[in-house]
Amino acid sequence: MLLGKLSLDALPLHEPIPLITSIVLVLGILGILAWITAKGSWPYLWNEWITSVDHKRIGVMYFMLGFVMLLRGFSDAIMMRAQQALAYNAPGYLPPEHYDQIFSAHGSIMIFFVAMPFMIGLMNFVVPLQIGARDVAFPTFNSVSLWLTATGVLLANVSLAVGEFARTGWLAYPPLSELKFSPGVGVDYYLWSLQLSGIGTLMSGINLVTTILKMRAPGMSYTRMPVFCWTALASNLLIVAAFPILTATFAMLLLDRYLGFHFFTNNFGGNPMMYINLIWAWGHPEVYILILPAFGVFSEVISTFSGKPLFGYRSMVAATMAICILSFMVWLHHFFTMGAGADVNGFFGIMTMIIAVPTGVKVFNWLFTMYGGRIRFEVPILWAIGFMVTFVIGGMTGVLMAVPPVDFVLHNSLFLIAHFHNVVIGGVVFGAFAGYTYWFPKAFGFRLHEGLGKAAFWFWLIGFYVAFMPLYVLGLMGMTRRMQHYDVADWQPWLIVAACGAVLILCGIICHIAQLVVSIRTRAQRMDDTGDPWDGRTLEWSTTSPPPAFNFAVVPDVRGEEAYWGAKRKAIQAGRLAEEPKYEAIEMPRNSPTGFVAAFFATITGFALIWHIWWMVLMGLFGAFATFVAFAWRDVEEFEVPAEEVARMDRERRQARLVIVNPELRA
Amino acid sequence: MHTTTERMGRALTLVAGGMVLASCNEGVLSPKGPIGQAEQTILFNATAIMLAVIIPVIALTLTFAWWFRASNKRARYQPDWEYSGRIEMIVWSIPALVVLFLGGIAWISSHDLDPYKPVQSQVSPVEVNVVSLDWKWLFIYPDKSIASINELTVPVGTPIHFHLTSGTVMNSFFVPQLGSQIYTMAGMTSELNLLADTPGVYRGLSAQFSGDGFSDMHFNVKVVTASDFAAWLAKVRGSGEKLDDVAYQKLLLPGIEPNVRIYGTVDPGIFESILLQPAEGVSPYGAPGRPPHLLSKSES
Repeated sequence: MLLGKLSLDALPLHEPIPLITSIVLVLGILGILAWITAKGSWPYLWNEWITSVDHKRIGVMYFMLGFVMLLRGFSDAIMMRAQQALAYNAPGYLPPEHYDQIFSAHGSIMIFFVAMPFMIGLMNFVVPLQIGARDVAFPTFNSVSLWLTATGVLLANVSLAVGEFARTGWLAYPPLSELKFSPGVGVDYYLWSLQLSGIGTLMSGINLVTTILKMRAPGMSYTRMPVFCWTALASNLLIVAAFPILTATFAMLLLDRYLGFHFFTNNFGGNPMMYINLIWAWGHPEVYILILPAFGVFSEVISTFSGKPLFGYRSMVAATMAICILSFMVWLHHFFTMGAGADVNGFFGIMTMIIAVPTGVKVFNWLFTMYGGRIRFEVPILWAIGFMVTFVIGGMTGVLMAVPPVDFVLHNSLFLIAHFHNVVIGGVVFGAFAGYTYWFPKAFGFRLHEGLGKAAFWFWLIGFYVAFMPLYVLGLMGMTRRMQHYDVADWQPWLIVAACGAVLILCGIICHIAQLVVSIRTRAQRMDDTGDPWDGRTLEWSTTSPPPAFNFAVVPDVRGEEAYWGAKRKAIQAGRLAEEPKYEAIEMPRNSPTGFVAAFFATITGFALIWHIWWMVLMGLFGAFATFVAFAWRDVEEFEVPAEEVARMDRERRQARLVIVNPELRA
Repeated sequence: MHTTTERMGRALTLVAGGMVLASCNEGVLSPKGPIGQAEQTILFNATAIMLAVIIPVIALTLTFAWWFRASNKRARYQPDWEYSGRIEMIVWSIPALVVLFLGGIAWISSHDLDPYKPVQSQVSPVEVNVVSLDWKWLFIYPDKSIASINELTVPVGTPIHFHLTSGTVMNSFFVPQLGSQIYTMAGMTSELNLLADTPGVYRGLSAQFSGDGFSDMHFNVKVVTASDFAAWLAKVRGSGEKLDDVAYQKLLLPGIEPNVRIYGTVDPGIFESILLQPAEGVSPYGAPGRPPHLLSKSES
């Protein structure tokens, strides 16, 4: 009773695959911890990273979290591809109760713990720099957001070793996810891990919206904001509007499961259709939450590497905001097959297509940004071009399925799977990698290895086509998603091809890891002292790489669009830097363990709730509340960087920048 | 114009789909009825309309990227060119026009092919009630007082009017070669109208994941001539088991049904009672983390 539903049965002692995975994972984590201890890095990690409230560090940690979870989500993917390649008239190597967990975990992890941390990480890192701010509006809040996301990640991964994960698909449709049909803890792991990380995401959204609305540097009017900031604004407005729906929907399902309510049950007046409507009222905006920042990345990258301003800035902004609003009006296209009737289906079909208009405009504007440019084929723009080619195909199949009768034959088929991987990989993931390569030198002061970056790009691009084009075909052949085995011989060759594609993507991931390792080891060769390695156009390139904690020695005075580009042109024409400004002391927020400690207690609460260990729930809640009280009672919240220190650092920066205004100095 | 776009669509999709049609004699590109046929036509037309824009966009992307490469001295560099009202006008118009066109198709086809809309035919429809169960399909012919598990026999050229529900979680009833699918949900009915115009055996399945036995939740649709259908009815009516509440309770137990089963007698009103009483009772499922005997054969 003391441990609720938890007993030794929860350990996968009789299932070799999860058992071995768990052991390897636990040993791996222990190994890393031991290594850190041996190197004596704990104080450094604690002071510089774990308790950091610096938006740049938090952004980097978000991105790292996303990358680690990409490995987890991808191992799920390659296991599924292997299973389906084998399972023609055969059970394969994964029994259904395990296979079902894998595809559910794959979807949840890839969306919530890979794509979201990638995008939130990029926005966190870039937005304050681009608008000339010193940090986000609520720095400690930001750290809480990050660590709550980590809580969700941790709970989802604990389910691998202790208990099980949901076997319901990544959106846990009731009634399948109700207690009656899913009595195990799998759905509870799913719900609590997403519920807790969802709170973090919502806080992050509030934080970034406030930052963009209130913290812009003087002169940085809305129409002078870089397009990435506009897309970040749109994306975070969507987070603020959509995530409460998710929280409320999950809360209702939790009430059903924990307290015998009947929101979504089959009987006693429950209505599962309500859940499906609500989850997609969050779910469709969610895909735009992910893709809009990626659009922003591509806008920055294409403009920078074409050596031109973005074509049709105002159109881009209008298109972004149009997508932001329209994304709330299309959710029903996820279930045309529910039988809502011709008028409703027709309306949502048309609304869905209308979203393609601003999206199409964006593609054309990127096209005309390249026109008349002088394109340098560095790694980031390769991702951007790969995206433009791939994404329009995904867009086309999306609009195709927006025609209700076409959806009637393709819904839930592998065609649908191919479509959304087409836009999520071709859009969000390519965008994340473009942004990663583009801003890495800003974050760490050196560039990533170019050859391995290009290899990663080609593996990912070709791997994507090999893995997912066959799924379009299979969908047309009538194969539905989530099949553990099948008895149609014609499907197998295509599934084998798709599995080969997954192997190519694996090579891409290996290249990425190798790129990071090699780049760190040989960083001396790829140092960038100027802070402007790509001949950038926006404010983040005006400061050092990595930027100081306070970002800018003096808050930039923005004159015109492309603030930094204008100032740079002027300085180059004059052949010298602008006058040295008057330096003042800067107040910066102090580091705080609040986020980490609160998330620690949240993890305990979540775990205890999953296993019905009520005393531990109370303990966790009390701990989280005490953390909040301790934080609220703090009396020193800022520290001061003295004016001399600011001046010293900025003079160094100005010295390094002389090569930009006097290119002959470079030699 | 209709046939031109249709032909164009077919040609383009053939190019895009490559070996699809060649290798595939099942699936939605091989329709065996007017609903599936119409849906295939819309699929081709919509694809063709969009490819007319997508292919040039891809070509332009690659062309611009290549021509304006930094090393090409012949390309004119226009470092400050960032706006052209005329181009803006065009780039908003192209997708808007495409969507206007496709939106029309969506609206009209959504009404023409509404699953609830009866199929036009001289022949009066066959009524079939469908119940999705864990993990099998129950087909009841309400006015013929017979029922079957995992096999649906219907006469060729005759509209089939389905009423569908679920005795368990949500599923989606789908016969790819006949066209539209629709969800089955406990406690409510959905409707679907289909017609098969070629005799044959077509594969049907659940298109909505429903639990561990989902992959085996498929069935055959046997489309037979009217006389064969009459003969089949005569043969099975009154024979074999009876579908009543007791038999239905057994069917509710989760499990896979590998064999086709026929009920020669059916309690009148059983479909209505299934609708009124969504499955109750204790969970027959296993303990957490432990694969139950789920995939052993159905206990019923």
